[in-house]
Amino acid sequence: MRTEAGRGRRALLTAALLAAAAPATHGAWAAEEAAGAPEVASGFGADWQSWRAANDVSDMPSVQRGARNFVSYCLGCHSLKYERWSRLAQDLGVPPRLLEQDLLPPGDKPAQYILTSMPAADAQAWFGKTPPDLSLMARARSQDYLYQFLRTFYVDPASQTGANNLRLPATAMPHVLSELEGLKRAVYRQAAGTAEGGQVTGKPVFDHFEQIAPGRLSAAEYDGFVRDTVNFLDYVSEPTQTARRALGVWVVLFLLVFTWLAWLVKREYWKDVH
Amino acid sequence: MTVKTATGAPARLPGGAAPKQGLWAWLNKRLPVDEFIHEQLTGYYAPKNFNIWYFFGSLALFVLVMQLVTGIFLTMFYKPGELTAFDSVEYIMREVDFGWLIRYLHSTGASAFFIVVYLHMFRAFLYGSYRAPRELLWLIGMLVYLALMAEAFMGYVLPWGNMSFWGAQVIVNLFGTIPGIGTPLVQWIRGDYGIADATLNRFFALHVAAIPLALLLLVMLHLVALHQSGSNNPDGIEIKEKLGPDGKPLDGIPFHPYYTVKDLVGVGVFLLLFALVVFFKPTLGGLFLEAPNFEPANPLSTPEHIAPVWYFTPYYAILRAVPDQRMGALLMLLAVVSFLFLPWLDRSPVKSMRYRGWISRTALALFAGSFVALGYLGLQPAEGLYVVLARIFAAIYFAFFLLMPFYSRIDAVKPVPDRVVYHAH
Repeated sequence: MRTEAGRGRRALLTAALLAAAAPATHGAWAAEEAAGAPEVASGFGADWQSWRAANDVSDMPSVQRGARNFVSYCLGCHSLKYERWSRLAQDLGVPPRLLEQDLLPPGDKPAQYILTSMPAADAQAWFGKTPPDLSLMARARSQDYLYQFLRTFYVDPASQTGANNLRLPATAMPHVLSELEGLKRAVYRQAAGTAEGGQVTGKPVFDHFEQIAPGRLSAAEYDGFVRDTVNFLDYVSEPTQTARRALGVWVVLFLLVFTWLAWLVKREYWKDVH
Repeated sequence: MTVKTATGAPARLPGGAAPKQGLWAWLNKRLPVDEFIHEQLTGYYAPKNFNIWYFFGSLALFVLVMQLVTGIFLTMFYKPGELTAFDSVEYIMREVDFGWLIRYLHSTGASAFFIVVYLHMFRAFLYGSYRAPRELLWLIGMLVYLALMAEAFMGYVLPWGNMSFWGAQVIVNLFGTIPGIGTPLVQWIRGDYGIADATLNRFFALHVAAIPLALLLLVMLHLVALHQSGSNNPDGIEIKEKLGPDGKPLDGIPFHPYYTVKDLVGVGVFLLLFALVVFFKPTLGGLFLEAPNFEPANPLSTPEHIAPVWYFTPYYAILRAVPDQRMGALLMLLAVVSFLFLPWLDRSPVKSMRYRGWISRTALALFAGSFVALGYLGLQPAEGLYVVLARIFAAIYFAFFLLMPFYSRIDAVKPVPDRVVYHAH
């Protein structure tokens, strides 16, 4: 249902884009552009490969928002097949009533794993590929990868979904979050390579993004949205990580005392050795 | 009898000072417990001048026990099989109480094992511990190392991640380069035409039963051989040649209590570093647990760079440095077995690096540096400068062994003192 609505909105936005070919809405990025070196790419997104998720799993409100984002925007297609709803509620401090009301799909029980209701066969037919399970994606590809992936979608009329991605070119995934982020276009430039005759040989390379239609969120809000979502996926990839670090502190403290005592014993015994 | 140990406590000699009554006496009449403790611990004299390099033997034993214990717990929840293996590991990580801890102890333990074993081996290089009368001790130790490599390789396949699968593919295929029997041999090892369910199940059997048994037996033989000839020491002097009036080595002290309490400090320091990894950096940036292994095995999707875990990468770099795969595999094998010949390649009149000249020292430094450099290069893609460097370091690696009979003989040596150098603290 939500996906349908999103699809309609995307179609509308894409149509608006193609009709108007709206000029870039610089706004927040104008300053960045001005600060850049003249020849090197400097616009918004030019440095996308150095973008870092910089998320913090101990930031519980952020992980909770990420869970909400996941259920609203990802669960339509993606599962978390190793995580149970009850585990999520327990780790994130979600009371049973709220879990039932806001997160749990109708008919699912808290003890069940977090599974999408989209049949794999349909997914295969619609996208050419079953959307991957996301339980371990943050560990398999890194948080930065997910962060860059969710922030480098751009309009590409040549693609079947109308969208393409810098992190994962030719991705089968449509830009599900376009209603939030809006639409942006990739601007290319000629690469610097020149042959002997002065002929330009370089292929066009990505230079920067140009916002062509606004979304419901501002750039900063969208960034926060993505960061929260990545933070949640980081938590899901290793739900025990907070407990692991907490226990680690005590183990290290114990071992410091143990080693110190062992050293005292050793020193005492070795007084005999001349 | 009034024999006293260095601590002043009366020593229990076999059949002599042991109490003649009670349960302990009953037991000792039937099982030589006292005799064993005396021979192997309280009456076993070790040189008193051991330095930091001598911690790694006992640490290796400690890690072995830890791997056995954590491994047994893992087998209670792990399910071999291509449809169940990956899921069962995630089940251990998420739903088994403290399963994540057991798994990280085991996965970090594998790397820790190789770290302490490599340092243990380097100690032998430093002080000539492989030299007569300890050649067999060295050979048995090398067999332990070979068994450990097999154990680690098969253990790495068990989680059935994508790197498990492709790593197994690459390594098992190396057997295919053997002329004549290569292809059928590879099929026999895999039990299938590709790395598959059958391969996973047999690797499980070998990893949890066959190789651990071999490892335990070899480690026991290693210790028996060690106690037969006695430990070497940083000065490379035989302490048995300088005995006191009581017949004990003048420069020796009973292993227990002196080295048991000292090794306990070593265990403490080791566990501190170990815990920092287990609790705060269990993947160690992909070195101890590789990112592609968090994706299930997929025969249709090859990881961008197939690289074994860090402890195999020196050999992997040598394999890839050679354009011809068969020659590469042969050189890789040679790189491992070169260690076996060490006792007979070294012709220096002295054992310890302390009393050798600059040639031997430089050779060892170059060799150790090459080993580390090859380890780094084995983790990088095999292209361009990396391959060139791998060839250079591989050449140094082999030159170290091949030229040893010459440079070790002509190298200048310093006079070796009569007694070990020891400064009481």
